[in-house]
Amino acid sequence: MKVLVPVKRVIDYNVKVRVKPDQTGVDLANVKMSMNPFDEISVEEAVRMKEAGTATEVVIVSIGPKQAQETIRTALAMGGDRGILINTDETVEPLAVAKILAKVVAEESPDLVLLGKQAIDDDSNQTGQMLAALLDWPQGTFAYKIEKDGDALTVTREVDGGLQTVKLATPAIVTVDLRLNEPRYASLPNIMKAKKKPIDEKAPGDYGVDISPRLSVVKVTEPPVREAGEKVEDVATLVSKLKSAGAI
Amino acid sequence: MHQIAPMSEDQAAIKAAVEKTLEPFGDDYWAKTDETGDWPEEFCDAMAAGGWLGIAFPEEYGGAGLGLTEAALMMQTVTRTGAGYSGASAIHLNIFGPKPLERFGNPEQKRENLPKIISGEEKMCFAVTEPNSGLDTSSLETKAERTNTGYTINGRKIWTTGAQRADKILIIARTTPKDQCAKPYLGLSLFYTDLDPNKIERQPIPKMGRKAVECNMLYIDGLEVPKDHLIGEEGEGFKYLLQGLNPERVLFAVESIGLGFSALERAATYAKERVVFGRPIGQNQGIQHPLAKSWAELSAAELLAYKAAGLYDAGQDCGAEANSAKYLGTEAGFRACETAVLTHGGMGYAKEYHVERMMREAMLARIAPVSREMILNFIAERVLGLPKSY
Repeated sequence: MKVLVPVKRVIDYNVKVRVKPDQTGVDLANVKMSMNPFDEISVEEAVRMKEAGTATEVVIVSIGPKQAQETIRTALAMGGDRGILINTDETVEPLAVAKILAKVVAEESPDLVLLGKQAIDDDSNQTGQMLAALLDWPQGTFAYKIEKDGDALTVTREVDGGLQTVKLATPAIVTVDLRLNEPRYASLPNIMKAKKKPIDEKAPGDYGVDISPRLSVVKVTEPPVREAGEKVEDVATLVSKLKSAGAI
Repeated sequence: MHQIAPMSEDQAAIKAAVEKTLEPFGDDYWAKTDETGDWPEEFCDAMAAGGWLGIAFPEEYGGAGLGLTEAALMMQTVTRTGAGYSGASAIHLNIFGPKPLERFGNPEQKRENLPKIISGEEKMCFAVTEPNSGLDTSSLETKAERTNTGYTINGRKIWTTGAQRADKILIIARTTPKDQCAKPYLGLSLFYTDLDPNKIERQPIPKMGRKAVECNMLYIDGLEVPKDHLIGEEGEGFKYLLQGLNPERVLFAVESIGLGFSALERAATYAKERVVFGRPIGQNQGIQHPLAKSWAELSAAELLAYKAAGLYDAGQDCGAEANSAKYLGTEAGFRACETAVLTHGGMGYAKEYHVERMMREAMLARIAPVSREMILNFIAERVLGLPKSY
């Protein structure tokens, strides 16, 4: 089974994000960037499949600026086999990402595309689903557990109120959730090995995909500052306060 | 592949991976090891498992074949995360300590020992300093006397780090009396051998900081060393040791710089959050300027340290730069930690904020492995051409 794993370079999850003064977006200057944490989980899962003998090849793909090559390299250091960088400095919306990935899938013919359920920068949670629609492939989203079952995959999904198990015929799209696994750290010997693994460089134009934005961001603002609460003596005071505030 | 500013892709990957590896070891972990004095085993295991101990050793022994620049980046990243010397000193010796073995050992010795050191299977300690000879290494009193099968070592060593858990000892001892040698630094020999606890009594020295990584007084009584545990030629040990001095100075510099940056970051965060007289204390220049000055001092020392590392990796002389970086880096590191404690006010004195631990640890690097005074002597004599003063 060949596995394609798309990864996205995003602001590191430890960084406190600052909104640009003109409210057009967040400030990316001199900010630490890393692999989207959900994509780390999908890379880990693909590498585990390879180690278990169920996957034959793990191909990493990223769409983004030149520096996204570092993100691919990290995935290769975790155990990916080779990479494809689709280089663009433009903002690429989920639909455009899905369209490019659909073309990559046509070229690479993977049996499984394993994506993070969403990227932590825009929290869109759309790419996997759109890709499944474009390819007309079955999808298993928010995966908690993935098992190979003959030519099919059994995916346990995290849904509201519990877990749902679905069976997918391959080729298929699976998006992974937080509890699927705990990603490994790249070891030094594997970082050194990753340097020798090939990364193909392409551009969105090579796939004939128009990436011009369809959406416009109205504004981006900081979350409202939480106001200080008030301590009350007893339940009776609490109830009367809530009543006078019109909350109950 | 010296680069650092801006970092090459590999260097960025190394830094990010070391940060990841250190993530499970937060402030509370290091505060606890400092309280109990327990060796940070979990941290050492994680670093060994990630292959980090072999960063500067050839690939044929399981290393990564990288240079001092990358080793320095790794060690700076370790202290920078807040692990300080409790983390750095626990692995420091693995990074360049076995270099004499790699450079002057015979193929058999290297094949036998280096892979085990790199994988963390074998733990070593390094016994040089003695109670009656500190920086004056040629006055060592520990003797290795020839026997039919090898040598018998007797003597005392002090400040031997990690000897409590070491399986092996890299030890320098006099094989020819000083008065029979052409030069005082001849007649010393280097051995890499088993640390036999029945022949070496190890007493930890209670000390100011870094309780987790102990330093010992060693009493060596009749340690039998087979002939093939001698490294290189008999009598040449001091020369072999010298090879490791400059890298060690660079590592001490960057470790202290990383520690200083870590303390500084905490101080800046505290100064932004701590409100007195209706405004954050960090709004006062009296608080801002010492922090800004520390940042500038750390950054300048960092630049020199990586220059020294770059020269070393290019096979060029880096004595002046390595020594100066050690001096500037450890002074700047200590000042940053001290400033951090002062910025925190009363809370800086409380263990809860971790900066007092950092300040105690930063003191170590000003003294070991070479004093500020001896560094200045070196620069005065070797760089400025002034007469020897001691």
